[in-house]
Amino acid sequence: MAGSGTAHLRPADEVMLQVTDLVVEFPAGRGRTVKAVSGISFDIAAGETLGLVGESGCGKSTTGRALLQLPRPTSGSVVLDGENLVGLDAATLRQRRTRLQMIFQDPISSLNPRRTIGDVVAEPLNVWGPKDKDEQWNIVARTLDQVGVDPGPARYKRPHEFSGGQCQRISIARALVMEPQLIICDEPVSALDVSIQAQILNLLDDLKAQHGLTLVFIAHDLAVVKNISDRVAVMYLGKMCEISEADELYARPAHPYTELLLGSSPVPDPEVDVDSVRVIEGELPSPISPPSGCRFRTRCPFADEICATEEPTMRRVGDDHYVACHHPLIEPIDGVPASVSTGVDGGLEPSK
Amino acid sequence: MEHEARSGRLPARHADDGQSLLVVDDLKTHFEVPAGAVRAVDGVSFSLARGRTLGVVGESGSGKTVLSRSIMGLNTTANAVTTGSVKYAGDELVGKSIKAKKALWGAEMAMVFQDPMTSLNPVVTIGRQLTEHVRYHLDMGKKEAEDVAVALLRSVHIPEAEKRLGNYPHQMSGGMRQRVCIAIALACGPRMLFADEPTTALDVTVQHQILNLLAEQQSDRAMAMILVTHDLGVVAGRTDEIMVMYAGRVAEKAPTAKLFTQLRHPYTQGLLWSIPKVTQPKHTRLNAIPGRPPNLIDPPPGCKFAPRCAYAQDLCRSEEPQLRSIDSSDHVFACHFPVGTPEGDAAFERNVAAEFAPALAAAGKLRASEEVEG
Repeated sequence: MAGSGTAHLRPADEVMLQVTDLVVEFPAGRGRTVKAVSGISFDIAAGETLGLVGESGCGKSTTGRALLQLPRPTSGSVVLDGENLVGLDAATLRQRRTRLQMIFQDPISSLNPRRTIGDVVAEPLNVWGPKDKDEQWNIVARTLDQVGVDPGPARYKRPHEFSGGQCQRISIARALVMEPQLIICDEPVSALDVSIQAQILNLLDDLKAQHGLTLVFIAHDLAVVKNISDRVAVMYLGKMCEISEADELYARPAHPYTELLLGSSPVPDPEVDVDSVRVIEGELPSPISPPSGCRFRTRCPFADEICATEEPTMRRVGDDHYVACHHPLIEPIDGVPASVSTGVDGGLEPSK
Repeated sequence: MEHEARSGRLPARHADDGQSLLVVDDLKTHFEVPAGAVRAVDGVSFSLARGRTLGVVGESGSGKTVLSRSIMGLNTTANAVTTGSVKYAGDELVGKSIKAKKALWGAEMAMVFQDPMTSLNPVVTIGRQLTEHVRYHLDMGKKEAEDVAVALLRSVHIPEAEKRLGNYPHQMSGGMRQRVCIAIALACGPRMLFADEPTTALDVTVQHQILNLLAEQQSDRAMAMILVTHDLGVVAGRTDEIMVMYAGRVAEKAPTAKLFTQLRHPYTQGLLWSIPKVTQPKHTRLNAIPGRPPNLIDPPPGCKFAPRCAYAQDLCRSEEPQLRSIDSSDHVFACHFPVGTPEGDAAFERNVAAEFAPALAAAGKLRASEEVEG
């Protein structure tokens, strides 16, 4: 599992963002490289929310940051509205980035503690928006109001005077003032209490409707991802396992990893027998020397020889439901996939 | 092995032998700060029998962590004042000297903390951290203690246990480190284990493994366990009883199945409704609890949950409800207008009609920008 392939991509004119064969590697010293993201492809239509889910170390945050070219990917393409962001010169990229914004996990440390809220939220406008302070404040006040922060009292306060949930609302306001096309939310609710988490999820849904936002929502909590997403992509060790419309993925998981993840997710219902659930044994292998073939095979209950030698590619198993696995839990519809790639490196360059 | 003999000294008894290992009565912990007294735990009473598991659930700041630390007597700063009574196996712990408590810590009661990185010493090997208190409490030699340590690491399913003794914490993953913390906690065969958010810092897959491990060790050793968490999903299938805390007090306490099926306290309902569930269709509107927990220095009069409560009436804002039960004595709650009763339903209807924000939120009729944490 955890394979490559592009069978799940939609025609380029139907999508806003298309990512193909994205590879991100970091030097790890002594000539080794950490293969954080190894050739994943996905696309997002305008107004859609894509959930990226997986364990720590699966490359989901790196993927989110690579969309913003932070850092620039090792190879692959990120095409936003027909323009490839990879390889743009710094000045052009700086302009394009105004259309992409990011919300981070820790709401308190992502705000500068020494600046006032009015300043923090107005900062993007200082660079790209109207220079007139009153005009700026009008925009800031309107945005703060939309995220549920009272603009008047907040203007001259600093982040420590707010709770974690309030700070996350302020971070959202900061991302919104530029009226971006795409917001990348990297674990925006995992540092919050359940009650506050629900408030923020509702807020993001409301804002999405209001502003026609497109979101990439990165999280490790499957239930949170399902609540907010239209489509969900499951990642494992730098590879894409499965991508599907959200309800379908949870009702009929096709990848063994997705099924195991779903089983591990705690359910607030005492009737659910926690002992009957199959547990994923072992731990994530090192991304410095990932397993050959399917990267999940070392922990997969169905793994056999083909999984060790050949990397699975994306195959269609339902309407808008694709899986990269040699032994999927649902029979693929179209038979043999168009492209097959092999290799110890996990097939960074699938043959076309 | 002596260690096994010791940890096995308790015959596995039936859970309901009527004898409580731990009895907590009107426990209060206040922290004196310049602005006043922070009432972190404000009159909590419960008892726990051997082999039973109690889940303690609440938001940040509800006092659940301070409660477990107060029971163990770990709040040793000068500004912490603990009153009330904690009886462990008949022995009063409140007011004991640190020296006297040292004989209990690790040997009789042990704790597993939230963050396995910071609760292990980064510059000391796993082996030394495991053997330190074994040698202190059980008076073992170095070689003997190392044998115990290897056996412990095996019992928490750490592969190549002998090699791991020389490792430092940074050489292990988060899940492995938490297994080491559990092994340390279990080393002297305690009869009482506190697990304070043991899986919050871990992935769901590892969380499942660690919770299974705790359950397995608990039944093997007939320990009583207090599992502190903010996640009702974690305690649902793994506890005998659940205690929901709010602002330092018990909001509701019931056997696990009853708490989920016949919950009475609006706060419990709010917590449960706030959690997104994989069984719900996508984009299900969550009935969030508006606002946030009160300031514990100057809490609101009456019921402390009233400002956020969908059922709150004038009575709630003036008079603090006491714990009571209506159908069975093992299910208690502190609420004037409990969920699922005629008076509760009437109160809710009145609040919706009056467009009281928490009631609108519970009915799913509030915009998210109005669910502000005031």
